[in-house]
Amino acid sequence: MSAANTVNPPVVFTQDELGWVSWIDPLPEAELTERHFAGLVDRSRAKSEYFRLLVRDPEVLEARTKTDKDIFYNVADGLPRAERELAAAATSRYNGCIYCASVHARFASTYSKRRDDVQRLLDEGVGVDLGERWNAVVKASVALAATPIAFGPDNIEELRRAGLDDAEIVDVINGASFFNWANRLMLSLGEPSK
Amino acid sequence: MSTKDIIDTLAGIEPGSALDAIRAKRIQARDNAQKSYLSLFDPIDAGDFSLVERAAVAAFVIGLHGESLVAAFYREKLAATADGAALLEAIKAEIARGKTSGPYGAYPAGPLSAEDKAGLIYRVSADRKPVLGARLAAALEHAHLLVFRPRDAAATDMKALLTAGWSETGIVTFSQLVAFLSFQVRVVTGLRVLGASLGRTANAAAGA
Repeated sequence: MSAANTVNPPVVFTQDELGWVSWIDPLPEAELTERHFAGLVDRSRAKSEYFRLLVRDPEVLEARTKTDKDIFYNVADGLPRAERELAAAATSRYNGCIYCASVHARFASTYSKRRDDVQRLLDEGVGVDLGERWNAVVKASVALAATPIAFGPDNIEELRRAGLDDAEIVDVINGASFFNWANRLMLSLGEPSK
Repeated sequence: MSTKDIIDTLAGIEPGSALDAIRAKRIQARDNAQKSYLSLFDPIDAGDFSLVERAAVAAFVIGLHGESLVAAFYREKLAATADGAALLEAIKAEIARGKTSGPYGAYPAGPLSAEDKAGLIYRVSADRKPVLGARLAAALEHAHLLVFRPRDAAATDMKALLTAGWSETGIVTFSQLVAFLSFQVRVVTGLRVLGASLGRTANAAAGA
């Protein structure tokens, strides 16, 4: 918590690059063992305060990281990466994770080339009109994020009408659901800083 | 064709079904969602977060999402864990007290304040604190925040857990457990809804 007085928290959703400051102590880089590096998956993540915090439980971090990577980066088939990132950004916008939304809005912009539409999602919120296909993805993500979960047959119908097949719908379900995991870690263990 | 994992079991996905084949295309995600579950509920080291605490928090978190097969599964898991059965009635009563609709909460003061949404600030009932103990009472209060109003989380919430006897490593695993369950119950719900729609399509085709 030593860095608390140097944090400059963003007060709007943004596609700018943000930092993230932990509220409890990450493990010092010098204390990481091979068990920890296995948990980090990529050794370069030892530089990240967030991952050095999560690596306090290396087995859970390793499994979480590999789940994440396959849901988002395995684009051999299924939903285009842009729309997986849209599901992540919409979930983060609805749950209120400014940090997660910034990262995945940038990815959604990069892969879709629709930066202005992504910005409208951040500025106006999840009710914004982004066209049939993106609306269906955003609406399904929001319905999944609600507690109690509001996702139902209507969401499946909308996704199908927008042209998604069953495997692509599973990618929406996985991507949106995963951000209900990620948002809760980033929001509760530290805070973003400009 | 895959051996059923916990998500298959909870979502009603059978080996050889259409959804089993789709899940097999994301085999690393499938395997590691299962490893996440096992690492959280059958850990190498439960020193910072005991097995009964894990089962109690899980039953509470999933119970807050409403009644379902998943809720029944985690209640049974608590009942089957050593020292868990004694907590079951207290957890059920706290679920009933904590039920609400989310997400809600406040943003950092600024333009987003217009989207601030008030809601229940849940606290464990004084009557049940002796049964639950200080650590678990603090954990349930923080778990409720994570489920319904994660954007309200603040550094002071970490201090409350540390004061109640949680270690920093325990807080990380506890946060992972609540966050993972938030993922798992949504994947299960989503796949179950999709599976039901496939059933209807198949039946319609068979009837045509």
